Amino acid sequence: MDLKELYKDVIVDHNRSPRNFRKIPDATRIQEGFNPLCGDKLTVYLKLDGERISDLSFEGSGCAISVASASLMSERLKGKTVMEAQQLFDKMHALLTREDADSDLESLGKLAVLSGVREYPSRVKCATLCWHTLKNILEHPGNPPVSTE
Amino acid sequence: MNARHDRNPLLMPDFDAPRWRRDFPILQQQIHGKPLVYLDNAATSQKPQAVIDAVADYYEKLNSNVHRGVHQLSELATVAYEGAREKLRRFINAATLKEIIFVRGATEAINLVAQSYGRSRFQSGDEIILSEMEHHSNIVPWQLLREQMGAVLKIVPITDAGELEPGAYEKLFSSRTRLVALAHISNALGSINPVKKMIAHAHRHGVPVLLDGAQAVPHLPVDVRDLDCDFYAFSGHKMFGPTGIGVLYAKEALLAEMPPYQGGGDMIRTVRFTGSTWNELPHKFEAGTPDIAGTIGLGAAVDYLGSIGMLAIRNYEQALLEYGTQRLQAVKNLKLVGTARHKAGVLSFVMEGIHPHDIGTIVDREGVAIRTGHHCAMPVMEHFRIPATARASLAFYNTRDDIDALVQALEKVREIFR
Repeated sequence: MDLKELYKDVIVDHNRSPRNFRKIPDATRIQEGFNPLCGDKLTVYLKLDGERISDLSFEGSGCAISVASASLMSERLKGKTVMEAQQLFDKMHALLTREDADSDLESLGKLAVLSGVREYPSRVKCATLCWHTLKNILEHPGNPPVSTE
Repeated sequence: MNARHDRNPLLMPDFDAPRWRRDFPILQQQIHGKPLVYLDNAATSQKPQAVIDAVADYYEKLNSNVHRGVHQLSELATVAYEGAREKLRRFINAATLKEIIFVRGATEAINLVAQSYGRSRFQSGDEIILSEMEHHSNIVPWQLLREQMGAVLKIVPITDAGELEPGAYEKLFSSRTRLVALAHISNALGSINPVKKMIAHAHRHGVPVLLDGAQAVPHLPVDVRDLDCDFYAFSGHKMFGPTGIGVLYAKEALLAEMPPYQGGGDMIRTVRFTGSTWNELPHKFEAGTPDIAGTIGLGAAVDYLGSIGMLAIRNYEQALLEYGTQRLQAVKNLKLVGTARHKAGVLSFVMEGIHPHDIGTIVDREGVAIRTGHHCAMPVMEHFRIPATARASLAFYNTRDDIDALVQALEKVREIFR
């Protein structure tokens, strides 16, 4: 597979200029995620308005895949409900880890650019880190940091 | 020596790396359709045919348990196993065979010293001196000891060049100092520490010294008696031998006083339910059936290194390091991490705006294998305030072509992140 399949322009762009890369001062929930293998570390900030995600942001340092994944995630989920976020987690998890997940690429929109990661087993955890962190934040507020190792 | 050598300091000393490279079957293959350029030798080295054959021969012709059978195979296996011990003794110039303990690797060797020597001798408040550049394997065993008995860890800081801070080591000694545990060569930075001088200083305080030699033994001549170190730990797999085998060297007088590390077969003289007595050195520290094949393979690796010569290897790698340093320094927005004056063949680096993990993935597609991450030296990363580095590490089978391939692959990285 060509490297361009992994480092698609959208990923390179979101790495260079990550969206929603900031703190939320009045966040409802804050969660840290860590990948000790490569040192990727990020903090996800979530602000809820009832069941709706009124703001979602992140900070941290990581490789292009992990930063782009978190950037795309924040862009996509702002304004969505907690239920929709959980459904998207399931879809993304399938996309990043399962061979047979291509059928639903269209509904994922821009997030589908991350599908190339599947061909690089050592990099899958980079892409899933922010998603696991988000899942943790939604299901178990106040948990210890997420680790993908 | 050819005449051109005098004129061009970058020209390699007479050393036929391509000839030695042909002894390594794994290096003949292609990765992602490109010739393999293996620059991850500090993680593990490749194995020459002689080592592979020695391991296979053992299983095909000698396999049986050592030190116990009267049958022919057991006797031959014992001779081969103990023969390897003699090869290792000579290789590091230990005084006697009693001082060569076979273990799983440098990690187990250091844990052995912590749990046997440390636990039997140290008291709460006793101090161990380490450095900021240690591999986790020379940090965590001492932290376990700290939890078990309240030992105190004192850390020699490093400079931004990756050298031990001048004068800091000497200041850490106190009446409670019981041990110095120090990397001979840093795996993350390549720095060669002035260990001989540091050992002499510790001895003036009556303090023994353990050296983590995992990165030194494969790259320069090591003479434990000349160094006068008290413990020396190293791994077979980083010196072109098999995984799962390594050596703890320790002075006989220390080993004689130390209690066993693990109990089991082979390490005992007599066993009764009322109590047991221990076997003589070195067997007291080798409980259970050892890694016989691995030990014989390690012996073959030592023979192989001997046929090349450690001094020749060191000189060649120094020249290659110099070439690699110059080439990498010329790459735009690349910064070397670890620029000690005395360095072994480790080129750790970061590139502005590009995470090491991405560098590793992209150069891999060009057939170039490097390590990316914290290199099991998180305190070093913390010192430089970086999460990780990319690291190219050299062996004698690497050539300038390998460095050129890396530099070319880094251009590809820049292209993708332009």
